[in-house]
Amino acid sequence: MEQFLQQVINGISLGSIYALVALGYTMVYGIINLINFAHCDIYMIGAYVGYYCMTFLGLGVFASLVISMAACVVIGVAIEKIAYKPLRNSPRITVLITAIGVSLFLEYVTMFFMKANVRSYPPLTGILAENINLGSIFISMKQILIVVITIVLVVLLQIIVRHTKLGKAMRAVSLDKDAAELMGINVNNTISFTFALGSALAGAAGVLVGIYYNSINPLMGVIPGLKAFVAAVFGGIGLIPGAFIGGYFIGAVEVFVAGYGNSMYRDAVVFAILIVILIVKPAGLLGKNTREKV
Amino acid sequence: MLEIKDINVHFGGIHALKGISMTVQRGEIVTLIGANGAGKTTTLRTISGLKKSTSGQILLDGTDITNLSAQERVKRGISHVPEGRRVFPAMTVLENLELGAFLRRDKANIAADLKMVYERFPILADRKKQLAGTLSGGEQQMLAIGRALMSRPDILFLDEPSMGLAPLLVQEIFNIILDINNAGTTILLVEQNASMALKIAHKAYVMETGSIVLSGTGEELMQSDGIKKAYLGG
Ligand SMILES: Nc1ncnc2c1ncn2[C@@H]1O[C@H](COP(=O)(O)OP(=O)(O)O)[C@@H](O)[C@H]1O
Ligand SMILES: [Mg+2]
Repeated sequence: MEQFLQQVINGISLGSIYALVALGYTMVYGIINLINFAHCDIYMIGAYVGYYCMTFLGLGVFASLVISMAACVVIGVAIEKIAYKPLRNSPRITVLITAIGVSLFLEYVTMFFMKANVRSYPPLTGILAENINLGSIFISMKQILIVVITIVLVVLLQIIVRHTKLGKAMRAVSLDKDAAELMGINVNNTISFTFALGSALAGAAGVLVGIYYNSINPLMGVIPGLKAFVAAVFGGIGLIPGAFIGGYFIGAVEVFVAGYGNSMYRDAVVFAILIVILIVKPAGLLGKNTREKV
Repeated sequence: MLEIKDINVHFGGIHALKGISMTVQRGEIVTLIGANGAGKTTTLRTISGLKKSTSGQILLDGTDITNLSAQERVKRGISHVPEGRRVFPAMTVLENLELGAFLRRDKANIAADLKMVYERFPILADRKKQLAGTLSGGEQQMLAIGRALMSRPDILFLDEPSMGLAPLLVQEIFNIILDINNAGTTILLVEQNASMALKIAHKAYVMETGSIVLSGTGEELMQSDGIKKAYLGG
């Protein structure tokens, strides 16, 4: 039982990171039907920006988090404007291949400037370095920090998407671009805004993962990115609550497979889940297979 | 108030509009009729800025709007109820209506217009929290029209508003169109239901395969033998 609770706690921490990354995949897919392969590299860059802020500028966790999110917004929006926007009317496969190109570009440019070796985040100090022991269950302040920041960001995202004008524009564009344009919504700006939101969350996830696992490298985004993508598909690609639920589900699966089974299989199990979803319910947990129409 | 001159539109190799010209005077109901595929929808989409023309000119109150974005055209008073209604299905009725007022900042007037739309379409007031995708076809059409009115348009485009509706509802939609026109909004109406459209129109254009082949007052066209044969079932 105690081991079970311990795994739940670890699963929630890891799941938070997947959830943050999955949200970006799902929002971008929702608005331009693109699987943005470069998204996982935004997360990697976020981790590096956080590393730089903490190590070389000596900034605290929160300042580093905010700076990293801001930097990722700039990079994410720039990628959209430079690489994807000129292809707005091209076939989907063209954009998809471009996204793979952007992804490799970001990985190897980072490798060029930062070198391929692993870097370590500085250890946290003060209260953030503490651990809480409940009997034999062990919760680190890091884990609490990750979960709290994730919840705060997701609540903010929900407020933006549900209640602000830009958020409503985002939903309108993702439902029907032409109709949105007829409302006077600027579709291009709305797409940029979507990339901005997704990239900010990926940046935050990058810093949190740096804090959680301590080590970062230029290819660190690849596997977690794929898993976050599986999480988005699991929940129903294009659906914000789906990505959130999917992130925690995949985090939990991974931790449980590693904890009770064999940690060699944890990636395989995640991808097996992808295959099963695609066969059983391609629209995902919260997705509807057909759109309601009267 | 609206004048289009010699508009050409292509879809790749398809020449969809072949030099269309028409005018709409302020306060009028002008209807554009013609068979499926004639180019009526493309005409409206070109005027509202969803489709770029390859040549020609669009003037709104004397200003050239040919190269303006759809957004700019909405700002200048054009509102378009697209073919097939195109409400946002996963958003509530109220959210759909609010999006109609997307470019407006005058909160008090928006609230007043919302009330006006609810008075015109009481069913929308009853369903304001409901998702638009769950409304019936007639209700969705009312929502699409209400949403278009929320921008306070000078000129309203309606693309086949009676499509797929029961006869009783069709009559109701036409009454609503007359009402909106009486309240001062100019109307450009695309219809397959030619007889009803001609009855309420001040002026009418007939399209065939990308060209305007006939125009006149609604009255005149109703009497025309060609029209009777082709569109009025006798
Ligand atoms: N998106 C499109 N791509 C290619 N051809 C199109 C497109 N939309 C319309 N067309 C063509 O333009 C012509 C006019 O279509 P449309 O304006 O929809 O006619 P209508 O509204 O009168 O039925 C048709 O031949 C149609 O095939
Ligand atoms: Mg049409």
